[in-house]
Amino acid sequence: MGYTPVKGGADAVRAAAELTRSSSAQLIADAPGERSTLDHVQAHLGAAVDRIMGEGGLFAPDLAAVAITQAEGDMDEAALLLRAYRSTLPRLGYTLPIQGRDMRVTRRISAAFKDIPGGQLLGRTRDYTHRLLDFSLLDNGGASTRGQGHAETTVPPLEVHADDHRSDATVTADASDREGFTWPPFPKVSDTLREIGSIAPLPEQSPEETPFDITRESLRFPVPRSAWLQSMARGETAAMVCLAYSNLRGYGYADHGTIGEVRVGSLPVKILHPVTGVAVTIGSFEATECEMFGPEGDAPVTGAKGRLLPAFGLSYGLVIGRNERKAIAMSILDSALQAGELASIDGGEVAPSNDQEMVLSHIDGIESTGFVEHLKLPHYVTFGSQIRTQMSPRRDVMLAAERTLAGITPEVATERGTGDE
Amino acid sequence: MNEAVVSEMPHDASRTQSGTHSGYSYAFLDELTKKSVRRAILKAVAVPGYQVPFGSTELPIARGWGTGGLQVTLSLIGPGDVLKVIDQGSDDSVNAVNIRQLVELTAPGVDTTAATEEATIIQTRHRIPEAPLHADQIMVFQVPLPEPLRVVERRESETRRMHAEADYGRIWVALYEDVVQHGRITRSAGYPVVVNGRHVMTPSPIPKWDVPRLHQAPFLSLFGAGREKRIYAVPPLTDVVPLAFDDYPFAIEDFDGAHCARCGSDDTFLVEVPQPDGSSVMSCSDESWCEARRTERGQS
Amino acid sequence: MSAIATLPTEMVRHDHVASRNAEQIALKVENLEAQYGRGCSACHELTGPEHSTNVCGQCGTVIACADVSFAVRAGRTLGIVGESGSGKTTVLRCLYGDLNPAGGTASLMTYEDGRANLFTASAQVRRRVRNFDMGMVYQHARDGLNLRISAGGNVAERLLAAEWRRVDQIRARAGHLLERMEIPRSRMDTPPSAFSGGMQQRVQIARALANGPAVVLLDEMTSGLDVSVQAGVLDLVLELQRTEGVAMVVVSHDLGVIRLLCERTMVMKNGRVVESGLTDQILEDPRHPYTQLLVSSVNA
Repeated sequence: MGYTPVKGGADAVRAAAELTRSSSAQLIADAPGERSTLDHVQAHLGAAVDRIMGEGGLFAPDLAAVAITQAEGDMDEAALLLRAYRSTLPRLGYTLPIQGRDMRVTRRISAAFKDIPGGQLLGRTRDYTHRLLDFSLLDNGGASTRGQGHAETTVPPLEVHADDHRSDATVTADASDREGFTWPPFPKVSDTLREIGSIAPLPEQSPEETPFDITRESLRFPVPRSAWLQSMARGETAAMVCLAYSNLRGYGYADHGTIGEVRVGSLPVKILHPVTGVAVTIGSFEATECEMFGPEGDAPVTGAKGRLLPAFGLSYGLVIGRNERKAIAMSILDSALQAGELASIDGGEVAPSNDQEMVLSHIDGIESTGFVEHLKLPHYVTFGSQIRTQMSPRRDVMLAAERTLAGITPEVATERGTGDE
Repeated sequence: MNEAVVSEMPHDASRTQSGTHSGYSYAFLDELTKKSVRRAILKAVAVPGYQVPFGSTELPIARGWGTGGLQVTLSLIGPGDVLKVIDQGSDDSVNAVNIRQLVELTAPGVDTTAATEEATIIQTRHRIPEAPLHADQIMVFQVPLPEPLRVVERRESETRRMHAEADYGRIWVALYEDVVQHGRITRSAGYPVVVNGRHVMTPSPIPKWDVPRLHQAPFLSLFGAGREKRIYAVPPLTDVVPLAFDDYPFAIEDFDGAHCARCGSDDTFLVEVPQPDGSSVMSCSDESWCEARRTERGQS
Repeated sequence: MSAIATLPTEMVRHDHVASRNAEQIALKVENLEAQYGRGCSACHELTGPEHSTNVCGQCGTVIACADVSFAVRAGRTLGIVGESGSGKTTVLRCLYGDLNPAGGTASLMTYEDGRANLFTASAQVRRRVRNFDMGMVYQHARDGLNLRISAGGNVAERLLAAEWRRVDQIRARAGHLLERMEIPRSRMDTPPSAFSGGMQQRVQIARALANGPAVVLLDEMTSGLDVSVQAGVLDLVLELQRTEGVAMVVVSHDLGVIRLLCERTMVMKNGRVVESGLTDQILEDPRHPYTQLLVSSVNA
């Protein structure tokens, strides 16, 4: 009989793994110098590195470059590589809370005001470039003369604060570190609005005693805001942009908000020294922060008869690396989820972007790509079970037909029965 | 939240130093993560069929490809254990090979086997081996969608309430509607069951053929859903009863007298293997069982 | 095993209907209170008919109802009237378990012989009492029915929740109830989305009666219907009062409905009961200014 036994799966898996390994090894071998491919990725594919770090939930530009190279540019795969590595790292401690106002800003803009205290700082952005292919890149093998790469950043590198341990300077220092340069302070645009009473003052205490930890606990809905902000910080950029866009187009509560401020820069990482108990800065990481003013929020003051005065709501986005698109999408969705929370109290219907379960269960790229692609795995047992369950009544029908219709053999009937789906 | 802050530090010492995978812990997960998974397992055993939420860390295989089952296995396994991994009944399927290799790579001292009776832990995707299992074996099921009520209610907050209140009218009415429309229950793999007379549970997408094997089983069954971050269990000697009506009872798949083209069995779960000429033959889904039968036949 | 097993079995089946003592108090409610919002110490002082509001001026909390007490005997019907926002629907939602009350007690003849407070029972027990012993007809059919499953399925869901496990018996009972509601058996397997508003309300009533409940709650069941259709539905309810021995609470803003169905009536305004007594007395000789206004506006 023509039956071929299904064997050799282990060999096939090994061979497939070998093919992909040799591919990324080849990439490195092709480039002159051992690290040059990784350096190139870091220097010229900065947006990719930053996106992977955000979605992988790990600030490690070196490893993100490895992941991108190893994944041959498959960004979802690269994020998984980084996230899976992250899950093996021991948790050495918890950092102290950081404030966006502590950021050493390399770019900050506000859409809410023409001018803002500290000034608008355009910094590096592709926003106002003409999207024309630069054919000169074809000629000189990739060395751009336009200065768009990470390597040619025009802002001064991070300098280390007085409370920093200079011995840890390897984390933050740069070859071109300029001694004595003092970073100008940038007040937050939201502070201005707080002063005039248009948004609620910062609460004296965190509304949640202990923030949720999405790496330790699974989400059980409804979840507190700390859980949704964390989930979104690791969310897949495109998925979040999609849901935020649906909200802007009118699928949901939350009118078009106004960007109070988007700032990009470097944030300090501080811990309490395990021996002295003093706060020390042990490093820094690049981040993008977005604050958006929405149509309604907690009123900061109450008027006559205890009535609430109208005020703006504040929504928030914070993302590892430079990723303004995701930070803005995150603050739109934060606003949408806040609105959804209110709507659910009122018993109102909500749109996908207002729905915690809908948003948070579907924005993780590691989860969504993994599950969508798992359909490639063999399913012949489940499918076989479906076929058998589906066929049993048909067989009954066909047997009945055979009894009445002479001249039709069971074989013919079977073929006809299974073929006409 | 601070329980793990300092105590986690020593575990770097336990990391293996071999080959290209140095820097990873024994059985990949660090000991505190394993402990938290085991805590979830204990709770799951204490409340049969109840879905226990757990942290569910990312693993070096993709989400949806067995990360839940793998976390259960990795948190239980140690030197001296013998692991069998099957996918659709096959030890040689891509997913099974992939998972087995990860354990071999990261957990020295663990043996792997295809022989069901030798295994102490059997991780499976959608089958229970045909060979009888005994009390000191643990079945670890990979679960894609742990929520049996998802078909009638998409919100987790609502399904959680339904389980808490044993409010199962809606899944029952789905079966009733099935009977009304089709004259029978058309649910197949992943057939919903009631565990210990209390919780409705999905046995993972195993065929109906395997469901009766869970009832009053001598072995412990653990179910891990990594992406959905839930663990649940059926302890040994627990009632597992499929949802069905007295006049429309539960029935396993009917192979209409077919037998395995390789070993001749007509008492195992068979899968269809299409042939180049357009016809198809049936063969055992449990390949290790099939091979043992053939060897037996050859010798006798 | 679980709380289910220890519940009294008398509350399970519908055939004990006939044995109900008509003089027995089927449902007793004392000091029921429900609110939306956190509440403060001044809430009670600052709300109610004398303030013409149910919103607390100090903290903004809505006192949906407070100090609501009443009792209904088996086979009798109590009416609750009042304008929208008076708290009458809230009372029903609390009793049926759709809303958690902030205080008060409710006892049901069929639950622990009326000695226990239903509001403090576990969620699982409350669900069980609701499934076995209460029925509710909502103002909007979409709240009380699943419009995508068949009409019979909607009735069957209640029977299945009360552990009926034979499809033929379920279909016999559901078909019988629907027929009594003048929905032919031939329409039984059609989803109610294909029905008129009056038919949908009749399916809701059939569903509410499925398990022979001790108490049925009806919330504005005719308010969305044409006058001619209203009459048909009301006739059916009158018929049930005679035959089923069920205690009913009817919420309506329509005094005609109340006059037709209810021996006793309670008038609510701003979350409080302002007047209660025999329906005839209240309609002929209203004492409270609000009731006087209500009655005169209808008679005018």
